[in-house]
Order: sequence, then C-alpha cells, then structure tokens
Amino acid sequence: MTQIEDYIPIVGQSTIDDLRLLGERLGGIVIQNVNSTSVGGGVAEILSRMIPLLKDLNVDARWDLIKGGERFFEVTKKIHNALHGKVEDINKRDFDIFLETSQKNIEELVTYGDIVFVHDPQPIALIKKRSNNKWIWRCHVDVSSPRQRVWQFLMNFIVKYDSAVFSAPSFSQKLPIRQFLISPSIDPLSDKNKELPKETIDAVLKKYNIAQDKPIVTQISRFDRLKDPLGVIESYRQVKKYVDCQLILAGGTAADDPEGIRVLEEVQEKAKKDKDIHILLLPQSDIDVNALQRASTIIIQKSIKEGFGLTVAEALWKAKPVVASSVGGITLQIKHKHSGLLCHTIDGAAFALKQLLNSPEYAKKLGENGKEHVRNNFLITRHLKDYMLLFLALYHPEDIVYL
Amino acid sequence: MPEYITAKEPFRFYTRKHLSELTGYRAATLQELRDTIKKVSGSCVYHHTHRFLQQHQHISPEPPNDFAYWITDVLGEDELGEKISSIDIIQFSTIRSLREKIVKTIDEYFKVKPSAKLKFAHPGEEFYFIKSVSFVLPTNYSVYTLSEFIDVLHKITIDSIYFHIFEARLRLEKADNDFSNWIEHSIGNQKLADEISRLDPYTYTLEDLRRTIIRIVERVMAV
Repeated sequence: MTQIEDYIPIVGQSTIDDLRLLGERLGGIVIQNVNSTSVGGGVAEILSRMIPLLKDLNVDARWDLIKGGERFFEVTKKIHNALHGKVEDINKRDFDIFLETSQKNIEELVTYGDIVFVHDPQPIALIKKRSNNKWIWRCHVDVSSPRQRVWQFLMNFIVKYDSAVFSAPSFSQKLPIRQFLISPSIDPLSDKNKELPKETIDAVLKKYNIAQDKPIVTQISRFDRLKDPLGVIESYRQVKKYVDCQLILAGGTAADDPEGIRVLEEVQEKAKKDKDIHILLLPQSDIDVNALQRASTIIIQKSIKEGFGLTVAEALWKAKPVVASSVGGITLQIKHKHSGLLCHTIDGAAFALKQLLNSPEYAKKLGENGKEHVRNNFLITRHLKDYMLLFLALYHPEDIVYL
Repeated sequence: MPEYITAKEPFRFYTRKHLSELTGYRAATLQELRDTIKKVSGSCVYHHTHRFLQQHQHISPEPPNDFAYWITDVLGEDELGEKISSIDIIQFSTIRSLREKIVKTIDEYFKVKPSAKLKFAHPGEEFYFIKSVSFVLPTNYSVYTLSEFIDVLHKITIDSIYFHIFEARLRLEKADNDFSNWIEHSIGNQKLADEISRLDPYTYTLEDLRRTIIRIVERVMAV
C-alpha cells in the first residue's frame, strides 16, 4: 500500500513535513466520509487512495456507505444527469423513492464523526441526523447549470450543512453557507500516472498496431458527443495536409449507453478511409492509457463541456504538450501559451496542433511548465492538504487562522 | 565574521497554507468587475493579486494578478490589462490602498475609453471572485545565526518563504518582510536587511526568490 513517504521524491520532504504539521492539528477529530459505493466511480477511487494517506498523517479518517436498491440508484442517476443540465423526467414518485431510501439510511447509519463528510447527492439527506457535529457536503458534479427543480430539491438539504465544496469556481452557486473550492487531483503513483519503462510503452503500441514512425496526436475520452471526437478528426485532417501525423482516439463506452455506441459508430465511419486514425475501444486498463499518453507527441482534449477534465492533468504530468478546449476545469489546468494551448473551435485546435508539431522546442517548454503546474496544484498531496485545511476551517470562521 | 553573530531573538520559520473560499460573486463586464472589487473582502483582493505567484511559481515573469489576466485575455482590453498588471504592489502597505489603486485605474480607463464598458465575457468565462483563507502555523525550524538561517532557507517549502516575504508585509500589514526585520533587529545588520527589503519579490518566481535571498546572505557572510 502506498504511504505518504513514497511521495517525497515527487513533491519534496518539506511538503510532506508540512502535511504532517497539519495532521497534528487534527488529532482526536474523527472524520467520517460517507458515499454510496466502495468501488467504481471517481469518488470511490479518490477515497480509497486518500483515506489510507490521511491515516498515515495521523488523521482519523473513516469511510461508511449508505445502502440503496436499484430504484434508488436509478433516481440518483437521473439527479446526477439533471445536475449536469440534462433534461430529465423526474417526477414526484422519483423524489419519494429518494426520500424513502434516505429515511432508511437515516435510521440505520450511525453518524459518529466529529466531522461528517458527505460526498455527492446520494447521501445528502443524512443531514437530518445533524447533532453537535460538523457537516460538509462535497459536490463532485459540474453544477454550473443544473435543472432548477432538482437543484431546489437538493437545496433543502444543502443549506443545513456547515459548508459545501465544489471543484471549479463556475460550479459554485449562491448559498447561505460557506463554500470552498477544492480541485480534484491525480495520483502520480497510480497505474495511470506512474513512470513506465519503454518496453511497456512499446508493447502497448504493438498491441494496438500503432507504429512510431510519425508523430502521434491522442485524445483519451469516452465516445461521447460532449468530447467532440468528430471535431478532433476534422482538426486532425486540417493538420494532416501540412504535417504527416497519426491520430489516436481511445476510450470506452458503456454497453448500456446507446448514444455512446452511436457516437462510436459515427467516429468509425468518419475515420475508416484513413489508416493513420486509430480508434481504440479500451478495456478498463490504466496501464494502456498511461502508455498511450506517454507515447503521444501531443495530447488533445477538445471537449465541448467538461466537468474537470483530469485527463488534461494526466497528460501534463507526463510533460506532454496539450491542446484543449477552454471549458470547465480545463482553464484551471492550462494557462494559454504557458502550460498548453487553449482553443474554442475546430480551426483553432488545428492551428494549435500545427504550431506544436512544427515547434518542438516550444511544445517541450509548454509540457515542462505543465508538469510543474500539476506538481504544485493537481497532485493528491495538494488534495490532502486542502481536505485537512477544510476540516480545520470548520472550527475557524476567520480569514487568517493562527494554528 | 557575520555568520558567527548570534541573534538576540531566534527566527522562527512559519508556514502558511491557503484554502480557496468561493464568494458567489461573479463579473461578466468591466463595470461589474470594478463594482465587485469595491465591495468584496480584502482577503478576496489579496487572493486575486497573489494567487498567481503560488500557483504558477515556475512561470516568470508573469503578472501576479488575476484581474489583469482576465481583462486582457477575456475582455481583450490589453492596455488596461497592462496598466493593472504593472501596478507596483510592493509600494502598497495595505490591501485597502491596493484595492483603491485598482479601482482608480479602471475608472481612469473608462474616461479615456468609455466603449470598454460594452465588452462582456462569454458564458463560462466570467470572473469568479474567490478569497484566500490563510492558515499560519510554526514549523519546527528556529535559528539564531545567519548560517543556520541559510541552511533552513534551503529546505523549507516555498509556502514558508511566501509567508515571510509577501503575506507578512501586505496582509498582516507589517512595515517590512520578516527576514529583513529579524536581520536588522536581532542580528543587527542593517545593510543586509535593507538589501533584502529592496528586492521586488513580485518579479521573481518563488524559487528564484529563495535562491536570490540565499545568495545575498552568503555574499555578506563571505565578507
């Protein structure tokens, strides 16, 4: 299991020392995380990594799950989509199902934490159990333009918390409680981000029949219209007239997502006459993603809408030059012309790709800057620091806190 | 020899960690930006004039100023962006006076170019006002001599250097940075204290600042 000391070669001894200082200040306080699943999904992934590290820093962090049946999770899936702004048919019966399951959890789950840290909407109603302890609602979802009916339903609970946490400034809403900005993070020691030997990278390329004889432009994303894979192909075609390169579009699509399957078919159709376009339907293999990113000359992320877009941080951590849309959390990760290039259109993306392919020194510098930016702001060690400060902030309302 | 002088009082290194608190305020036009700058807390003005230094510590030289970045990159008002980014923050001893200067700069620009009021940000590119909540805590390092001082400077986090140089002076409204204060009053070396005071820290990356301070102190010790 990864220990906090393992991060010293990456962020330095002094950064870890400072984390330990913060951990000492939280002695005796029990942090109870609550979410709806222990496996699958971003929240479970980050909790499974962070809780052992918090314990390693002497923070008494624990993790509990709520229970729910199929109907409950169908409703919470609708809530999730509606928070993303999608039109969903949510009726009174759906809200009743949500409240019934929530009531069972309220009766069964013991909220023993000095701080109860509730993740996402599924367990949000637990706030009814509030006593003298502190409560935080952590919203991992892009709520920049939620469907109002669902948001107002959730607001009934949110306002009873001490604080809320969002991942990007544009996700924040007018709220009568304190709200904090905490970006997600990547783990540099995970399979998706750790250093890989050249043999592993070569083996992955061979597995997917990708030659290394010309520059590689890659987008790693599920096949979803919001990731604009068709737009990526159009940008690539504009570039290909001037620079001989190849394109990898790699990602997954859920078997139960008919729209995703349709998008994949359209992408395959658009790409079929070009042997330099590689459409890879990846299994859940973090090592493969890691290897493809490391083998790439440029990473592109041409999303039309994006929650946070951690694939950008993953690419920057590998010191890759990145071309990405100026949307959502991507603008926190890339400062245009400093740590990557931002674009708004297919033409803009094509121009940026050409620039980087023709100016390798410039591309290298952007990649190096990007890596340092991620080291300082988007690694799990920064996330640990922010969570510990968040816990401390619950006991200190002032702007300058002397510990 | 300067390195053997023992200070009357030790220098205790502190570190400062910050958490970003969302205010819920946002601006889509220059007028909204100006009006909101006037009413937000000092912690908010501080955040947007200093965040860049810490988050982009490897990029230099770069305007340490979110307002300037947004005015230039989103609204396309390069001239005003340049004026705001060129505000000599080191000359201001309080956030209040810095805030007044920013507002005055925008007001003067409006007089020369009233059409700037018509510019607006596209949805999603608005300016979001955030404030810094600072947590100040002592590290385990405490020194009595310049030699020990340099040893610790080499190994502390840049958060600690940031706190003693930027935050102590402007946000905590001390007359000078903490290093110069200690060197002048406890070590008794006014010349060295002045030399560090004269640095414009806003034109360095934090790592460059660390190296520069170490070099200055080492030079004095070698005399």
